[in-house]
Amino acid sequence: MTDPTSFEDALAALEEKVEELSRGDVPLDRALAVFEEGLVLYRQCHGMLAQAEQRVTKLVAATDGLQEEPLQLE
Amino acid sequence: MNTVAESSPVAAESPPALTVSELTRLLRDTVRSNPLLTKVFVRGETSNVQRTATGITFFTLRDEDAQIGCVLFRPEAEALPFDLEDGTAVLATGDVDLYARRGEVQLVIRTIAPEGVGLFWATFQKTRKTLERAGLFEAARKRALPTFPRRIGLVTSEHGAVVHDLVTILRRRYPLASVVLSPSLVQGTEAPASLRRALIQVQDRVDVVIVARGGGSLEDLWCFNDEGLARAIAGCPVPVISAVGHETDFTIADFVADVRAPTPSAAAELVSPDVAELRVHLRSLGEASLAAIRDAMREREKAVAVAGARLSPAGLRDEIADGGSRLQKLGRRLKDSALRGLAGCSDRLDALADRLDAVSPLGTLRRGYAIVEREDGHVVTLARAVQASDALAVRLQDGRLHVHVSSKEEAP
Repeated sequence: MTDPTSFEDALAALEEKVEELSRGDVPLDRALAVFEEGLVLYRQCHGMLAQAEQRVTKLVAATDGLQEEPLQLE
Repeated sequence: MNTVAESSPVAAESPPALTVSELTRLLRDTVRSNPLLTKVFVRGETSNVQRTATGITFFTLRDEDAQIGCVLFRPEAEALPFDLEDGTAVLATGDVDLYARRGEVQLVIRTIAPEGVGLFWATFQKTRKTLERAGLFEAARKRALPTFPRRIGLVTSEHGAVVHDLVTILRRRYPLASVVLSPSLVQGTEAPASLRRALIQVQDRVDVVIVARGGGSLEDLWCFNDEGLARAIAGCPVPVISAVGHETDFTIADFVADVRAPTPSAAAELVSPDVAELRVHLRSLGEASLAAIRDAMREREKAVAVAGARLSPAGLRDEIADGGSRLQKLGRRLKDSALRGLAGCSDRLDALADRLDAVSPLGTLRRGYAIVEREDGHVVTLARAVQASDALAVRLQDGRLHVHVSSKEEAP
């Protein structure tokens, strides 16, 4: 279930970048690079929140064990 | 007999059909007139105690295999020496009656008294103690819920309001997570096994599970007091939230779960971060990084400006001019002081020379005086120290005269 581009990971990475920037002892070229990386992560998180559409499934018995089917709520 | 009569279940000779009211009245009269059903003593356990606004109390008396509805009218209820609660073993007296409106036999209570702990309550306590001894309720076992669940498992009935509410709240709060329903029975004798199976089937596919059921009677919720279900919850590899019934309902599942939610809706809120709060957090992160980079730039700009000013030709020229003028000034000062010093020196020398001049015998000679010396250079200052015919020298301003003393006269 590890998703390399999960919201959690992207947010944690962004928080790290902001912390590094806020320390203020980073050389300018490094700070600019960190800022750019942070910007990419920010856009990624923002996009994930904006486009998230919940997937709802139901476990059903199948011939080879269980499978997930889209759930239609009554 | 005609064909109609033959085919009809109600033959001409049969007694006339009863109305439902007639039938229930007949039953009621039979029950009421039976002395065995009047002033009966019944031993049982109370459940589903409900009080109406008009002061009538309804409840159920039960044992392992059967149950009967009971009604306690206001005067009797007010005379009770204890609070009637679910799960109390009681000894009741009353009259059996038939409630015609629902066709149900009921016991109209005259007196009721507690008789130790009820069977259901006793079973509950026994399970609770067993699991407590096994360490299943310990706080150290409780796991934290994931902050950002990716997949949320729901173990509940696929029918009814609960699953609908859960999905609606989760969609609004945190649409990033997928929701997987593992359908289960949530009441009845099959429910414990069904819940256990549903939990085990979903537990490896999600990172948190909500076990939920809406409100119901003590009997309805009974399956959540099952020891097997409790052990399945304890053995679940991911955190479990129990959300059974209303806030006031407590089940064994609540004790063993990692988190107990008062209601299914509360469970949905507990398990999911709020996307609105996340947006605020994200925005603050964006603003913080912008502020930080702006600060960093501004600081460097300042440093560059300071260094640049020192490096620029204009700056250099200033510095040279500045240094030059300082040199000039310094030189001028040196010269001044040197001149002043020299002048002072010569003045002092002149004065000294004048003074020397004044005391110098040479100066005296210049004024017309002479010095008489012997040939060996000794100055003669007394006449009596000289003999006639002595050779002497007379020193004048520009040389010496060698003379012989012809005679001498000594002052008296």
